[in-house]
Amino acid sequence: MPDTIPFPSAQVRFGSSSGQPLTRRDGFLKVTGAATFAADNHPENLLHAVVAVSTIARGRVVSLDVEAAKAHPGVVEVITPANCPPLALDPDEKHGLFGFRFDALQNDRVRYAKQPIALVLAETLEAATEGTRLLAPVYETEPARIGFDNGEPYAPATVGVGGAPDFDRGDLAAGLAAAAHLVDTEYETPAQYHNAMEPHAIVAEWDGDTLTIDTPNQAIVLSRAAYAAFFGIPPENVYLRSPFLGGGFGSKAILAGPQILCIRAARMLQRPVKLALPRDQMFGPVGHRGATRQRLRLATDAEGRLTALEHHAVATTSSFDEFIEPAANASHNLYASPAISTRHGAVRVDTGTPGPMRAPGEASGSAALECALDEAAAAIGIDPLEMRLRNYAETDPATGRPFSAKALRECYAQGAERFGWAGRPLAPRQMTDDAGRLVGWGMGSALFPAPMFQAEARATLRADGTALVETAAADMGQGAWTALAQIAADSLGLDIEQVEFRSGTSDLPDGGVAGGSGHTATAGSALHNAGTDAIAKLAEIAVNDPASPLFGAGNAGVEAREGRLWHREDETRSEGYGDILARSGMESLEGSGTGGRDPADAEARAMFSHGAVFAEVKVDPDLGQVLVTRLVGAFAAGRIINPKLARSQLYGGMIWGLSFALHEEAIHDRRTGRPVNADLAGYHIPVHADIPAMEALLIDEDDRYVNVLGIKGVGEIGITGTVGAIANAIWHATGVRVRRYPIRIEDLIG
Amino acid sequence: MSLSVTLTINGDRKDVVLEDPRVTLLDLLRERLHLTGTKKGCDRGQCGACTVLVDGRRINACLALAASLDGAEVMTIEGLAVGGRLATVQSAFIEHDGFQCGFCTPGQIMSAVGLILEGDAGDDPDRVREGMSGNLCRCGAHAGIIEAVLDAQKRVAGEEGKAA
Repeated sequence: MPDTIPFPSAQVRFGSSSGQPLTRRDGFLKVTGAATFAADNHPENLLHAVVAVSTIARGRVVSLDVEAAKAHPGVVEVITPANCPPLALDPDEKHGLFGFRFDALQNDRVRYAKQPIALVLAETLEAATEGTRLLAPVYETEPARIGFDNGEPYAPATVGVGGAPDFDRGDLAAGLAAAAHLVDTEYETPAQYHNAMEPHAIVAEWDGDTLTIDTPNQAIVLSRAAYAAFFGIPPENVYLRSPFLGGGFGSKAILAGPQILCIRAARMLQRPVKLALPRDQMFGPVGHRGATRQRLRLATDAEGRLTALEHHAVATTSSFDEFIEPAANASHNLYASPAISTRHGAVRVDTGTPGPMRAPGEASGSAALECALDEAAAAIGIDPLEMRLRNYAETDPATGRPFSAKALRECYAQGAERFGWAGRPLAPRQMTDDAGRLVGWGMGSALFPAPMFQAEARATLRADGTALVETAAADMGQGAWTALAQIAADSLGLDIEQVEFRSGTSDLPDGGVAGGSGHTATAGSALHNAGTDAIAKLAEIAVNDPASPLFGAGNAGVEAREGRLWHREDETRSEGYGDILARSGMESLEGSGTGGRDPADAEARAMFSHGAVFAEVKVDPDLGQVLVTRLVGAFAAGRIINPKLARSQLYGGMIWGLSFALHEEAIHDRRTGRPVNADLAGYHIPVHADIPAMEALLIDEDDRYVNVLGIKGVGEIGITGTVGAIANAIWHATGVRVRRYPIRIEDLIG
Repeated sequence: MSLSVTLTINGDRKDVVLEDPRVTLLDLLRERLHLTGTKKGCDRGQCGACTVLVDGRRINACLALAASLDGAEVMTIEGLAVGGRLATVQSAFIEHDGFQCGFCTPGQIMSAVGLILEGDAGDDPDRVREGMSGNLCRCGAHAGIIEAVLDAQKRVAGEEGKAA
């Protein structure tokens, strides 16, 4: 029986835009170099700022040679704790749910390597850079605490963003006692750094008490208020422009010290200031994914059905703040088990504070869970796909609630067929290619929540029959400029070319947060509701106007399409938007809408995107070199607004999964606490030659509960499942089960 | 100390006075000439976001001192489209969705143009992947990029065939 629910067509009628694989509306700007990223701005009289960062991880700065730096030609000012005016709010306090403590020269203390210790301002970038070198800091150094075994363990009060650290459902002891098989296994994941291609950047310019900032930001209106609060001005005095983000992945949703310092400097010197972080400073003050150690116990009956699932995760955080990668939560909602128990612990180390990084918790947790499940399948002697089907959750394992929609079975079936999974030998080391390389096939399940946040939007019908739609959405590459315009066009019954979409600046209605894979759903719902509101108002005018051909139809008796209102039962009666407005003497008509979720639906149903990922790897038996040669993902994520962009998002996630499995790891020197690979030569992400032939199948799924549009997210789910699929394929190729990421050549030879 | 160099940038001859010998080609383009299409991703020659063509060859603009390029012809992303008409590689990137955030895109496109000019990769996807591997992408747009390069190469070859 299919576990999808037919979409009620009467609920939302889609027009010609949604569902179409339109190319990006910002494509022309991006391929010609005309898209303006923050650091591309250059107001008159600009100063360049470069942050000097600490080379120790713990201690304090005893002295800086400020005079030497200031003596360098072109250097205008050096800001240190000695001359940095205080902020209106204490950066060592937590401000709001998404507020992180940060370092903005509030004192001489050093609590991680690459922490800002001074800011040099100069007429040129070269002079500012040289100025930081001339500061020659002297430190009073304390031993750095690096790594799980050298940090301070503690029990966190919350994990992720305000989540509970512990969870129990069912009787774990009974489930363990009832088991015919028990897998008890441990996995480690490393610290990873977001490393968006665009380093964090800001251009700040004051005019009296008003501030204009160009800075990439994932939560434009929310951040406007946060910036304003630190400078003691009302939010409306801040104008934040973020039309394009050169990637974000979570790291550009939060305020950090460098941006605050740049604004501070612009105010002090009464000149516009530009700051763009050098790549190595992306390994300090702007967040990362904390390392984890995870222990899983999977108890099953003789046929492989879980009787208990236990997942304990310990994650690293900084000495002064907290973001605990909620890895164990990955075991809550995917596999049916009568008993589930999860715990989180934390260890304080001397690094910057972690933060949300693409699929925070889901990625790390899935990387362990999907392998542990394969360990269980191997111990019992059943196929990994069959293992997952035997543990298929018909209702949410954590709450017992029904899923709003769940087409995971179809993902398994279509993904397996496309990949050619049937006939996979059970035992490892059974397949080789013509070159003698070991070939392995692995798979993993993908799961990601479908959250909704809050957003507002405005839609204005204009006398010329076109429309203006507005919301401060953030496009960090997911395609908001295009997908949101498609939604808006349909809500207004207009061709997308007739819709002007304003977005990306803080003077617009709050578009919410580009995060949690919930931006298209949230901002899209707001736009949809705004458009619907404008059309309803227009219909109200038309059906009550005796001069309109729609007079008397009742406002439920008309529908909007092709720029006209049409009588539902009489196609000969219709009227263009512009004509309706003109006759009523209006130059424009405005509708507004909000995005959010019906709390009753949120309570009644479990809402997730699902997927299945299949991987083929080839391993050189002598050299241990691993090449991923095929990746096939099948994903069910509700209604897809733009399949071209959705596929790109899913590919992006899958490539992050490949990167997690085989490439990424930040290594901190245990003596100094410094990241030793703080560049893109040493911190590996995949290059083109590492990326295999890929496919992402979009599985139909009609979800009438998730939101008015039936949209779930596609930005993060691709990582989940993929990490485990590749690790499982490596086991299948080699017979070696590696329990520490990234999997390296040296794990597979000798 | 100031130095004078003459560069031809996107066909325009420019006499540039460098007030500082440390200025890289990248910082000259971005901060002094305000040709900001070329991006700075690492400033270390590790990411390829600053790829431009110098005398027809692709280089990392962050690793070249402007003072060493007297007389050079520089082609940046701004010089690729002529009269508002996109170059083949540019339109192929749009059609194949060969980018997401767009930050590495100017470098990817200039690298692709360079690769096609070099004429060594042929239509072998693996060699194109290898030849494009100096250009990092963090969004994960690799599949679309390689499709775009292969498609553009095919189209360019077709046009040359016709011309011949």
